[in-house]
Amino acid sequence: MQIARPALIASVLVLSCACSGIKPWVAPYERDRLADPIMAWDRDAISTAYLDHTREAREGSRGATGSAGGGCGCN
Amino acid sequence: MHPAYRHLARIATLAAFVLMRATNADVLPDDRADLFYSKYSGGGMDITGESVLVRKKVTDNFAVEANYFIDKVSGASVDVLSQASVIKDERKQKSGTLQYMHDKTTYSFTYINSTERDYISNTTHASLSQDMFGDLTTLTLGWSRTRDEVGENDGTAFIPKVEWLGHAESQSYDVGISQILTKNLIAGVNLEVITDDGYLMNPYRSILIAEPGKPPGYSQGAQVYPDTHTSTAIQTQAKYYLPWRAAVTGSYRYYTDTWAVIGNTYELDYTHPLANIWILEGRLRYYKQSHASFYSNLFPYADSQNFMARDQDLASSENTTIGAKATYAFLPEGWKIFKRGTVTFDLSRISYHYLDFSDPRGDEFSDFSEYPLYHFNATVFQIYMSMFF
Repeated sequence: MQIARPALIASVLVLSCACSGIKPWVAPYERDRLADPIMAWDRDAISTAYLDHTREAREGSRGATGSAGGGCGCN
Repeated sequence: MHPAYRHLARIATLAAFVLMRATNADVLPDDRADLFYSKYSGGGMDITGESVLVRKKVTDNFAVEANYFIDKVSGASVDVLSQASVIKDERKQKSGTLQYMHDKTTYSFTYINSTERDYISNTTHASLSQDMFGDLTTLTLGWSRTRDEVGENDGTAFIPKVEWLGHAESQSYDVGISQILTKNLIAGVNLEVITDDGYLMNPYRSILIAEPGKPPGYSQGAQVYPDTHTSTAIQTQAKYYLPWRAAVTGSYRYYTDTWAVIGNTYELDYTHPLANIWILEGRLRYYKQSHASFYSNLFPYADSQNFMARDQDLASSENTTIGAKATYAFLPEGWKIFKRGTVTFDLSRISYHYLDFSDPRGDEFSDFSEYPLYHFNATVFQIYMSMFF
């Protein structure tokens, strides 16, 4: 998979950087708004998947509709 | 096989994955049970869906999830009507997910089986999600493999006569990053590559061949599809917390594939809570695509190309969706084993317009160009209850 390989390498690099101790520019105590349920990428996964399904069944496009990453890292 | 089911198994894995990612902030999500009902009406089809989902943490780090989905189809789309057969069918899907969290990494494994009279699909999905940079960034990696057995029912709904035509294999790779940018703004990027190999066409479709001079101006012929297909989609999105307690989300997706389909999707969403009891949401979506390289509304003669298709999904088209959702929260103080519950109503109206796909039903013409371009409206209604415990 030509595209998947660079993506994998990039991911490994990002994971490596994760160990370097970059200081968060939004402190945990500043994330109250991001922790609000209205800021969740997807509150209802079954419903979203169903809507995606109805669309994909009638459109040529598919994929990449998942909400990337989780919540806000508020804990 | 129903076109509407073609990608459902893969999307179901995504649902499990999204559910995992929705709240992964060093703790696994709450235990929950969901009851779901949906109804789709439009384009000559009525589809009802019923689903139950249960999710339970076995330990603080390990959770299991089970989902059962059944949907029933009646009617037929414009392509199938032109072959004078009406569908009545049912699909059952079972899935199970295991999820394990260690420190800031969550691992997930899902297995899905989907069965209908003329289509069997089995999918395995594995993924991991990693929080990093002080939990400002979440990286997700996913992989799926699906094997489909494709058949055609030449009998009736009550006395089926299924001929198995072949199988298709599909693999999906996805990478996603979610990034906190400010205390009010979060953004994300997703990339997904999907490859298919095998029997990829819908056996219930056919091509139309020109027969000018006498009504109806065409005859039907057999479609021929490539046996490989690779698609790439990238989506960017951002969510912003407004100066008042509300959020706005914008997203854009670009899609391209080896069949020369190019799609652009734009979406805007506004979420507004009311007194911690209601959450109201409105959304707009616009989608436009170009046709596949081997698609034609009308072929000049039989065998005029190596590959030939007249599937409406592969035609040039655009559609617009307007939708609204209302979530009502109840039992805020909890009851028995339950911490809280919600009921959600969701209604969408979708308007489809085809730019090079004609509707050959109705009055017959000797000149095919006199048939009107196809368009239809669809309504999608959902109601579901979620109990958290």
